Amino acid sequence: MRQAAANYQITDLPDYQMCFMATITQRAPATLSNDEILRYSRHLIMPEVGMDGQTRLKAAKVLCIGAGGLGSPLALYLAAAGVGTLGVVDFDVVDFTNLQRQIIHSTADVGRKKLDSAAEKIKAINPYVQVRPFETRLTSANALELFRQFDIVVDGTDNFPTRYLVNDACVLTGKPNVYGSIFRFEGQVSVFATEEGPCYRCLYPEPPPPGLVPSCAEGGVLGILPGLVGVMQATEAIKLILGKGEPLIGRLLLVDALGMKFRELKLRKNPDCPVCGPHRTITQLIDYNEFCGIRGEEKPVAESNLPEITVEELNRRQDAGEDIFVLDVREPHEYQICNLRGYLIPLGDLAKRVHELDSSREIVAHCKMGGRSAKAVDFLRQAGFAKVKNLKGGILAWADRVDPTMPKY
Amino acid sequence: MRIMIPTPLRQYADKKDAVEVKAGTVGEALSGLTARHPELRKHLYTDDGRLRAFVNVYLNDEDIRYLGKEQTPVNEGDTLSIVPSIAGGSLIS
Repeated sequence: MRQAAANYQITDLPDYQMCFMATITQRAPATLSNDEILRYSRHLIMPEVGMDGQTRLKAAKVLCIGAGGLGSPLALYLAAAGVGTLGVVDFDVVDFTNLQRQIIHSTADVGRKKLDSAAEKIKAINPYVQVRPFETRLTSANALELFRQFDIVVDGTDNFPTRYLVNDACVLTGKPNVYGSIFRFEGQVSVFATEEGPCYRCLYPEPPPPGLVPSCAEGGVLGILPGLVGVMQATEAIKLILGKGEPLIGRLLLVDALGMKFRELKLRKNPDCPVCGPHRTITQLIDYNEFCGIRGEEKPVAESNLPEITVEELNRRQDAGEDIFVLDVREPHEYQICNLRGYLIPLGDLAKRVHELDSSREIVAHCKMGGRSAKAVDFLRQAGFAKVKNLKGGILAWADRVDPTMPKY
Repeated sequence: MRIMIPTPLRQYADKKDAVEVKAGTVGEALSGLTARHPELRKHLYTDDGRLRAFVNVYLNDEDIRYLGKEQTPVNEGDTLSIVPSIAGGSLIS
């Protein structure tokens, strides 16, 4: 069955492709100029693409959500391949920490809008592509109208609220959702929300509560990984447009870049899925920040009740010779980047190493930005440490306001 | 049998990427895992003892929700994969 998929003729296409392939082919047929024929010659001499496939690519309209880590290789390859209309949604600005992986942006683009930088690179790689920039945050108010103008949506944002929003909006508008996600050196890729295939909610009905997942700043990502995963998303988008091969519908591809292992899991359409099941309860877009608990219960506990100290006050009191024990709850590899000569116990080890601390001394706990150390302070207070404070803003605040020579990361 | 630990949960399993356990069912395998690494428990189960909605468990390449859930029998050569939802991107975009 799988081998047969490569030989599909248009008329053999399964329903999911027939419906949106029809949308593409119903449009005024695209024609290729001699310059375009030369440009796409390596496609045109392949039977899987040919003139038919290349004109279909030209007629296709793909929407990329985000011009960041996943969006960079995605947009570049889709543009190079000759996708006729490329929509890009982004409102962010290029910064130095993006350059390690967001290859659509250059060092000279730092400070520019990602949208401007991306549009320029897409045009440079292929002037035949029509770029449709949307300088906006994707929201429940604009997603449906936006998605209706495109054939396929590729999610390059990789955060929970946008992911559920993209999923639901794709299901409601009947557009395939090419999904990719990354964490450190692991990735997931699939194609959701086709007519007969599962959607992201079939796989994960609910997002994790914010406190149970490490944030991106704590997580980090190997720079090439979004390249790998973004290119796989681009591959799936192109296969969907061409109607060739076997798309990742009903399959979740797991990528482990460290072990360089690829595994595949079977996904099923969940009969109880709240958005694509027969007894659906979600028939319009909802508030996805609320759904993902972004304004949830975690923050107030961490921020309102805990004693804090500012970087200026810590600096002043240390200069005055006061006895303050600085506890660094970051990871050893972060300590190597920069430190306040604090005593290092990573947050994850605190419970079993708490005996190393002296509860009679005044302790100031810090991390990179104050989130992990707030958890540490909360834990230590419950463990009977009365004189423990959280360094507000973490070591980044120290680098900004006390010691400008300190590197930031 | 082998249980594969995903990257985000390795910090609660002594940084291991896989753990070998002896078990007759998926539920027993997961109990064996959390007995050895108690910190994993709250990440895999809710307070009332149900597997969390954002953690999927696969026996080889099949979702246990579509097999016999935690009662699914397992064999020695099977692989159990814990696959949580992941998100590496920032919340801004």
